[in-house]
Amino acid sequence: METVIERIEQGRFWQFHGGIHPPEMKFLTTNKPIRTVSLPQRLVLPIQQHIGEAGELIVKPGDYVLKGQPLTKTTVPLAVPIHAPTSGTIASIENHIIAHPSGLNEMSVILMPDGEDRWRERHIVENYSQLDKNTLVEKIANAGIAGMGGAGFPTHIKVNTKAKIDFLIINAAECEPYITADDLLMREHAASVIEGIKILDKILEPAFILIGIEDNKPEAIDALNHEIKQFDKIKLCVVPTKYPTGGEKQLIKILTGKEVPSGVLPSSLGIVMQNVGTCHAIAEAVISDTPLIKRVVTVTGQALEKPQNVWALLGTPIEHLLQECQYPQQQKRHIIMGGPMMGFSLPNTQVPVVKTTNCILAPSEKEIPDANQEIECIRCGQCAEVCPAQLLPQELQWHAKAKDSEQLTKLNLFDCIECGACAYVCPSHIPLVHYYRVSKAEIRQQKLLDIKAEKAKQRFEARKARLERDKKAREEKHKKAAEARRARMNSGTEEANKEKSAVAAALARVQAKKAQQSGVQANTTNDDKKSQVADAIARAKAKKAGQSAPNGDAGDDKKQQVAAAIARAKAKKLAAKEQANDDSAEENINAVETKPTSAQDDKKARVAAAVARAKAKKLAAQEQPSDVGTDDTGKSPETISSTAEDAKKARIAAAVAKAKAKKLAANTESDDQRTEGEAEASTKDKDDVMAEAIVEPPQETSTSTQDDKKARIAAAVAKAKAKKLAANTGSDDQRTEGEAEASTKDKAEVTAEAVVEPMQETSTSAQDDKKARIAAAVAKAKAKKQAANADTDVKQVEGEAKASTKDKTNVTAEADVEAAGETSTSAQDDKKARIAAAVAKAKAKKLAEKAQKDNQTS
Amino acid sequence: MTVLIAILVVGLISLAFGALLGFASVKFKVEGDPLAEQIDAILPQTQCGQCGYPGCKPYADAVANGEAINKCAPGGDDTIKKIADLMGVEPIAMDEAHETDNTPKVAFIIEEDCIGCTKCIQACPVDAIIGTTKQMHTIIADECTGCDLCVAPCPVDCIEMRPIPQTTRNWQWDLANIPVTQID
Repeated sequence: METVIERIEQGRFWQFHGGIHPPEMKFLTTNKPIRTVSLPQRLVLPIQQHIGEAGELIVKPGDYVLKGQPLTKTTVPLAVPIHAPTSGTIASIENHIIAHPSGLNEMSVILMPDGEDRWRERHIVENYSQLDKNTLVEKIANAGIAGMGGAGFPTHIKVNTKAKIDFLIINAAECEPYITADDLLMREHAASVIEGIKILDKILEPAFILIGIEDNKPEAIDALNHEIKQFDKIKLCVVPTKYPTGGEKQLIKILTGKEVPSGVLPSSLGIVMQNVGTCHAIAEAVISDTPLIKRVVTVTGQALEKPQNVWALLGTPIEHLLQECQYPQQQKRHIIMGGPMMGFSLPNTQVPVVKTTNCILAPSEKEIPDANQEIECIRCGQCAEVCPAQLLPQELQWHAKAKDSEQLTKLNLFDCIECGACAYVCPSHIPLVHYYRVSKAEIRQQKLLDIKAEKAKQRFEARKARLERDKKAREEKHKKAAEARRARMNSGTEEANKEKSAVAAALARVQAKKAQQSGVQANTTNDDKKSQVADAIARAKAKKAGQSAPNGDAGDDKKQQVAAAIARAKAKKLAAKEQANDDSAEENINAVETKPTSAQDDKKARVAAAVARAKAKKLAAQEQPSDVGTDDTGKSPETISSTAEDAKKARIAAAVAKAKAKKLAANTESDDQRTEGEAEASTKDKDDVMAEAIVEPPQETSTSTQDDKKARIAAAVAKAKAKKLAANTGSDDQRTEGEAEASTKDKAEVTAEAVVEPMQETSTSAQDDKKARIAAAVAKAKAKKQAANADTDVKQVEGEAKASTKDKTNVTAEADVEAAGETSTSAQDDKKARIAAAVAKAKAKKLAEKAQKDNQTS
Repeated sequence: MTVLIAILVVGLISLAFGALLGFASVKFKVEGDPLAEQIDAILPQTQCGQCGYPGCKPYADAVANGEAINKCAPGGDDTIKKIADLMGVEPIAMDEAHETDNTPKVAFIIEEDCIGCTKCIQACPVDAIIGTTKQMHTIIADECTGCDLCVAPCPVDCIEMRPIPQTTRNWQWDLANIPVTQID
């Protein structure tokens, strides 16, 4: 180590491999002081201006911020906050084009300066040497300082190394042509730079501090020499000018003779390097509590009339800086951010200045001519001679063109610092660095994809293993359960017998179903149909009971009771079918029976009774003109419903009554063509069905306490039924009496059954009114389908028609139950309801199509 | 006598070599099919099943056993070329039955439409969907392989495949757009 210092004191340095001497062009700006530019109209602050993670926004549009106020906070170590460069209002937070060769947009804070430049409260530190290391690092982190040389690595991470540091190297080389920002900063703020170096000295405690500066900056060297006179620890190393001396590895090699191996951080060699700009920012942050809100930017190039170094607030649009330095409007050539060797062309001039922006280059036509045509590599080998990283640029170029990432990695492409020396000397004008950049990005992307693929594979395998495990566990469980059941059934206890009988009952039901199916094909008499319908109802009831049984709550009990009541009513109806006059009495009984089922809902029962009474009246007045009947039925329920809560229900009842009246009118019309006896019978039958339907909806509503919507559905259902029946009557006209009676009744009863099911489903969920709408939609769909069926019936042979209609309605009823069942499971999701409706509709359509097809085939 | 010695010597030598080979086959036994492993490493691991096999590993096994190498749609021509290189066969064009659009995508659940049916969760080969019955589901975008398998089972069509947005992190240089500028 002594030899290093000795050599430095003697002014002898090592050399890095290669390097070039491009025209420096620094004279454009080197003799002018740093100017402070006017405040731009707006500032654009990308929330990420460094390598690592973006901070978390802590301001919102419309906020008023003071100069130096943080706009983001850091939640992870690699994040660096940004600060308001001046006081003003946050206009918006949006995606804005950023300083990146891609010209992509990233999240930025748009700040409208108010021109007052009002500072937040600052705490000036008189004597930073009293602060401990952690406080200093924290101050640096909170000031948002990221490496200002170009890479933008968070400084607080870099200086917070645990390794023992031999050399702190201050990079003041500024080797790239045109750029004089660091030069001017050292000349004008040498004291501040040295203060920053001393703060770093306190944090890192290195053995020596080396300032590497090229010999083309004599004024800066003088200024620094003046400041460091009394500090022996700081050695000013004036090195010969050569590009790229300012590269981290190159400067380390020059000053210490050490080579940083590939993929190793300099800190592992006991070396930390910081840029002079960063040192100045550290001094500002620690001593005067000024975060990183402005920096020196060299605005240069022969296209400008007044090229100069400026103090630019972060976020200043490039456009504003160019105007300040008098960029001629007619110029249309590209602007380069960074130096001519390593910079990139800007997509437009709205790009803001960020923490790493050291130079804006506006070249004239003469300075940087348009691209020469690239020609084939002639293998001269000059590129390899100048490469400061000792790579083989021409080989890299071939493999890059062939996209052979394996070879590129083998040739250490990632050690390329993209200095551009190879492209500079290439006689074939091959833009070598561009090829390398493309390949680097591709390899990086591929690496990410590989990592992702590996992760996906692991997750896939884990999932497979889990499914396998679950399957085994399930099988095991089933096996155990089956064994347990078998053991229990064979134990001979009362329970076992009960179970056995349940199994027997199930078997019997299956047999009954089979028998019934054959019956459908064979029988054409009315009685058989009726019994089938009764069967169907019984089945539906069984299903319902099955659904409600597992739940076992109070509401389900009610449902069961209701079902029982319906069954009883129906049985009575069937028995009393031949007697026309008994109808009204029956309905009364029906209504009365519903009463005890719900203890508290007697009002509803009363409504039902009223409806029944109204119906009775109507029946009595059947021979009279239908207008009168409608009026009567319409009024009577309304008078009974005295309480406010029942108003809606009463209205439903009224609607139902009205529908019935209409139907009756239709019936009377259609019946005119029939014989008297026929008309009486069919009318009566239909009324039975309706009565059933009417009694049911109120019962259903009574199970759910407050849902009046359901009642409306019931009304809709009733209406749909009415329509259907009307259609049926129309079609029946062409049939013989017995047929008409049977088919109409069958369909109606089946529908009633179907209605009961959706209703119960809906009643299970307390407040979901949307579901009710589905039920209505379903009912409507059903009505349509049945109407279609009725049409087809006309053309079909009687037996066939009846059978198919019934089957289809059964199917639909089932479908409805499914749909309703699904919907009832979710509490509030109205979307689902709509879906269910759509599904039901689709199913209805399909069935209709099938029906048509059946017609054609038969 | 010499004949006997010769037979004896040759017999001993063959015995010795036989023993050596037998030992080597036990000692250096290769577990599994190394070719299938290598092919699996090339495949993109989307587990999409577009090749007709339930995952990348089964397809890798099948390729090792003579299945066509051009059935990996997400991998595209690059993967075909790599498998061809590995197996020493001629690269062939992508199977026409498979879609050629392999822009990287991730699934996205339109959350307000999700009904919480869990069907997509069951379909996802890499468990990249979180959610439970009657609760809204969402995709872990970082884990999604863009395999498309969750789109079909959704009863409300609330899953769509969205191209991965371009950011500065996944941006690729496009040489055609780079102005080549060097100073004299």
